[in-house]
Amino acid sequence: MLNDYLPILIMVGAVVGFGIVNLVISELLGAKRRVVGKGQAYECGLAPKGDSRMRISIHFYLVAVLFILFDVESLLLLPWAISAKSLTAAGVGGTVFAEVTAFVVVLGLGLAYVWRKGGLTWDR
Amino acid sequence: MDMLISVLVILAKITCIFGGVITLAALTTLAERKVSAWIQFRHGPNRVGPWGILQPLADGVKFIYKEELVPDGANQVMFYLAPAMVAMPAMMGIAVLPFAAVSPLYQDTGPLAIANLDLSVLFILAFSGLSIYGVILGGWASNSKFSLLGALRASAQMISYELALLLSVAAILLMAGSANLVDIANDQQGSIFNWYIWKQPLAFLLFLIATFAETNRHPFDFAECEPELVAGFHTEYSSMRFALFFLGEYCAIIVMCAMTCTFFLGGFHVPFWADAPWFVQAGMFLAKICFFLFLFIWVRWTLPRFRFDQLMGLGWKTFLPLALLNLFVTGALVAAGVY
Repeated sequence: MLNDYLPILIMVGAVVGFGIVNLVISELLGAKRRVVGKGQAYECGLAPKGDSRMRISIHFYLVAVLFILFDVESLLLLPWAISAKSLTAAGVGGTVFAEVTAFVVVLGLGLAYVWRKGGLTWDR
Repeated sequence: MDMLISVLVILAKITCIFGGVITLAALTTLAERKVSAWIQFRHGPNRVGPWGILQPLADGVKFIYKEELVPDGANQVMFYLAPAMVAMPAMMGIAVLPFAAVSPLYQDTGPLAIANLDLSVLFILAFSGLSIYGVILGGWASNSKFSLLGALRASAQMISYELALLLSVAAILLMAGSANLVDIANDQQGSIFNWYIWKQPLAFLLFLIATFAETNRHPFDFAECEPELVAGFHTEYSSMRFALFFLGEYCAIIVMCAMTCTFFLGGFHVPFWADAPWFVQAGMFLAKICFFLFLFIWVRWTLPRFRFDQLMGLGWKTFLPLALLNLFVTGALVAAGVY
């Protein structure tokens, strides 16, 4: 178990090292000529107007919530997907598939409900 | 002593595979410009080295010596860390890609991959999901309207298509009965007709299109579509931080292409040559990856851009039901013992 994940740990070290070296090296070697106006946010050459942290559409929040719901539900299907062949070989494939069908139907009903309620409509 | 040797073997593999994929990512930036140029009857970069081949190196040196600009009112720490938070998870996916069935290294049993995990498919999907944090933080911390809008769009798009991605992958896991990339590739050994693309054409299409959306590539590149949002979430970035965003994006594309090859086109296996030596298998795998990389660039100059509401509608109303249906039918066939 640990031996399987030892390469992953070393890889994490290599990748984090790569990221830090790249961030630091241009911090050290890069040019530094600060003048007035260089720090302005880019708004096509005009002076920035108003606050950039504005209010955003509720739809983005809705998409995030729906994603969490459906993602967790579809993750629950993966253990079945991996073991379906051995379950069929053991002779219980049909029973388990019937249970999965019930689960997928619930998932589909959830999607239909969200669809019907207009949760997937963007141009309103 | 054994411990030392195994650590050295791991370090050697990381140097070769990680370094190789980073080099491939750098070359892809060149290919992107070269292919774009050819499609538009231009020459593209051709001054640095023969045929412009050293252009990525020159770009890298220039990135290092450029000034790091931080916009007024930006959230310093998040602004600083966001590029690395995009690049690092994308690069972690490289750790489980298998390049050959048997490793040629001393005392190294198993496939030529940095790590051979039982859940390597989930490992890649989990880490590719983490990239979203860097995108959101980078866009929000910039204190710029274009960046914020780009980050919002990118995150909504990436999480929406992750569902279609996950469900079309589940059909592949059903076929292979394993979540190990090596097992999935081994199951498609031998004839070209053992490739899953013939048994799972719908999953292939869904997966391929979802990878385009997942990596923010044309025709779904709303995160950085120039006419509307300048450069999206990395509008305010300069120097090496900008380069890290780019490197992360290209690494993500390469990992996604490698997954497509392994899931549907037999991975590292050479058709009709089951026990090919490791360098032939690695070359075959690279050739398949390069084909998909070319496809990514080709599509960019062929298709027009979607509209954002069309993209979200396509993801939730077409891809999600189709992927569920595909999973359902595949599950029924597996339960009936057909596959």
